[in-house]
Amino acid sequence: MLNRYPLWKYLLILVVLVVGLIYSLPNLFPEDPAIQISSAQGDSLDERQIDRVETALSENDIAIKALEEENGQWLIRLRHDDDQLSARDIAADLLGNDATVALNLAEATPEWLQAFSASPMTLGLDLRGGVHFLLEVDMEAALTQRLEVNGSAMRELLRDERIRYRNTDIEERSLSIDFASTEDRDTARSLISRDFPEFEYSSEGDGRASTLVMTLSDQSVNEIQDYAINQNLTTLRNRVNELGVAEPMVQRQGPNQIVVELPGIQDTVAAKRIVGATANLEFRLEARNDTPDNETEILTFRNEPSRSAELMRDVIITGDSVSSASNSFDENGRPQVNIDLDGTGGTLMNRATRTNIGRNMAVLFIEHKSEDTVVVDPETGEETIEREPYVERGLISLATIQSALGNSFRITGLDSPTEAAELALLLRSGSLAAPIYFVQERTIGPSLGAENIERGLLSVQIGLLLVVLFMLVRYKVFGVFANIALALNLTLLVAVMSMLGATLTLPGIAGIVLTLGMAVDANVLIFERIREELRNGMSVQQAIQAGYERAFTSIVDANITTLLVAVILFSIGSGPVKGFAVTLSIGILTSLFTALMVTRAMVNLAYGSKPVKKLWI
Amino acid sequence: MKPLSHLRIDFMGRRNIAFAVSAVLLIVSIGAILLQQLNLGLDFTGGTLIEVRYGAAPSLDAIRVLLEESGFQDVSVQTFGASTEVLIRLQQAFDADVGGEVVNLLRASGDSVDLVRSEFVGSQVGDQLRDQSGLGLLVALGVVMLYVAFRFQYKFAIGALLALLHDVIIVVGVFALFQLDFDLTVLAAILAVIGYSLNDTIVVYDRVREAIRTSRIEDMPQIFNEAINATLSRTLATSGTTILVLLALLLLGGDMIENFAIALLVGIVVGTFSSIYIAAALLLPLKLSREDLIPTKKELDEEEEELP
Repeated sequence: MLNRYPLWKYLLILVVLVVGLIYSLPNLFPEDPAIQISSAQGDSLDERQIDRVETALSENDIAIKALEEENGQWLIRLRHDDDQLSARDIAADLLGNDATVALNLAEATPEWLQAFSASPMTLGLDLRGGVHFLLEVDMEAALTQRLEVNGSAMRELLRDERIRYRNTDIEERSLSIDFASTEDRDTARSLISRDFPEFEYSSEGDGRASTLVMTLSDQSVNEIQDYAINQNLTTLRNRVNELGVAEPMVQRQGPNQIVVELPGIQDTVAAKRIVGATANLEFRLEARNDTPDNETEILTFRNEPSRSAELMRDVIITGDSVSSASNSFDENGRPQVNIDLDGTGGTLMNRATRTNIGRNMAVLFIEHKSEDTVVVDPETGEETIEREPYVERGLISLATIQSALGNSFRITGLDSPTEAAELALLLRSGSLAAPIYFVQERTIGPSLGAENIERGLLSVQIGLLLVVLFMLVRYKVFGVFANIALALNLTLLVAVMSMLGATLTLPGIAGIVLTLGMAVDANVLIFERIREELRNGMSVQQAIQAGYERAFTSIVDANITTLLVAVILFSIGSGPVKGFAVTLSIGILTSLFTALMVTRAMVNLAYGSKPVKKLWI
Repeated sequence: MKPLSHLRIDFMGRRNIAFAVSAVLLIVSIGAILLQQLNLGLDFTGGTLIEVRYGAAPSLDAIRVLLEESGFQDVSVQTFGASTEVLIRLQQAFDADVGGEVVNLLRASGDSVDLVRSEFVGSQVGDQLRDQSGLGLLVALGVVMLYVAFRFQYKFAIGALLALLHDVIIVVGVFALFQLDFDLTVLAAILAVIGYSLNDTIVVYDRVREAIRTSRIEDMPQIFNEAINATLSRTLATSGTTILVLLALLLLGGDMIENFAIALLVGIVVGTFSSIYIAAALLLPLKLSREDLIPTKKELDEEEEELP
């Protein structure tokens, strides 16, 4: 029988649509702008104080949607985004030091929807704003790090050439090496200067006190600093992109600062940990008994501070040589990180381990942190915040080298699966070329004005309405089918994007509407084909069947090619390109489903296996 | 709308005129891109960031309008931490005076305004990201070509590739020629144009392939005309709806969406044209023949035997 679907197809369609509906529904309940008030002392707040805040807010024409109390914390939900900041200011002024007042985005999804773990899409920086971090790159540390790496390489060069040296020292932007004789120093100077042209060389002292001092030129200092900033920008972009399909912003500001803005977040703690993490790894050999003291360092274990080991100062490789990393569990169920090295890293690792089988190798975890202390000027009484950077270093493992290591290996000795996952993420997205510190952390308003947002949304609605009208006028009853399919398509698209945690920006919304405009294409192709077959004298049922069948190859070919582009852009591109590719791919899949299956189901239900003389198409 | 289906437009007969038009558009576009260059937006170039503190919470829209009227481009104004603190980003090469200039402008309307800081901001698109995206695009085009060559034939792949390049160059050319702001949203629009144009091209190709297989005449231009006329009502309906949406976005959408809509409008008009006159018509100089689509050995059906 022509134009009939088996029952399971109707059921399948129904299930997909119901699931889509459930997951798209939370978007009808957008998060409420709210202020959160908690007592500064940790006890619960006096209800009278909340009453005072409430009165003050209504006196300032700020509409309150709801008041909630949970664990001694009060949440005041507001009606309008614009009021959030002034409400916070009013409440903070009123309560003074008794309470902490913070901004919050309160979930408004009804509980039965939350039970499906359905949540709305995040609104982008342009529509709602988010958090703004200002980070400062520690340029001195960038220089010191570079000098340490160069120092290591020079020591290795000297050892290879069997030139004896005594001590290496780093001071601001210069590196000095002590030698036992003037000749040694002079041979070393000609040797090193060939490989390291970025230094200015000077020889000081002679005989047993001869020293070679190498100072970085201004130009190379600039180059190192530019490199450090750019490398950090790239790493931060990789990291925030790893957080999901959100549309973050990362840009350089001033000579040594970086701005990171993340949409839809007002709780900053989690974001801060990933953005600001400056963890890196170093792989070093354990010192031999006969190694001179000036080449070794004693370090303690991270999770066992009483245990320590004496390590070589020379670094085999750092986390910078890692090309990919993932976390998993070892045979005993302990967390581990699997590491793949790039070409150079692999060679270095292989060379170091091949000649040192039986010795211990240590994995060192390094993290740059900073501590803020409030300093009160005794004369003016002014409070300034002083930042004291410090470095935390600890061993995470010390294991015997069993055989020469190559490009891939694993490290164990991590505290928890979470730590393994974060370490893998950090190694994957690249380490920071220089440590960074948080200078500022603020909530930021939408970058588009209210008027722009309203106009944008209005134009999108009108655009959609025009498509609907066009289809109705042109295809009559079939236009109704196509329009229902369009509405379902929109529902499914929104559902999938919400499940993926995508961020919605104004151009993103325009993109969705455009996808819908293009999504009617499949139906247009089918309907035009049905008309054509009717003109060629086919019967109504045959024409419907032929229309769907013959348009099918066109539709599939056309959509697969576009899907290929989208998938590749997603896998290679990043940031906004990636976001666009996600919307496009989902749009193609959902529109194929609704245009082919859903409209067919409706057509079959309406016309299938019935005598129909004329089609309203 | 019925008359459309009875139209017999001789598309292929006029292909030389169309080629000439395309050539002129391409030359103008490439010329504009090389000589005038793109007017890259804040996302790509970076600019100046200014933080100011007001005595009382100001209207952000008013600040935006004021700055734009005073000749600043690509202005973004947002609250920063508190409702009285405002962060302004401008696409203006940084120099030490910009901050003072902006504050004076804002003070002119009688508010109390203090400059907190003014600083240069870098681009949002790093070199690495740009290179990656470019690479991604090339890989994507390559894979699409392989798919088209596999599903159709390599001559179709060449036609589709040239049509895509044609569309992208002209859209970028329009932005260079009229010095419109080229930012990340426009980049997204161009990606959408690629998707749309490819879609359109494949639909026309599909019909051309069908027409070649079923037609009994040997006159290729004639077969092409039939195929294109058969898809014409679909082409106009789809382009029509999409253009309707875009006109709504362009006329009502405000500044943010304006350039996005322009890029897509140009892209869709050019893309529709190129599916017919670049992608399809180019198959003629490429000497597409029926043997290209019907393997002579495998299928020995009636049509095969009729071949000379």
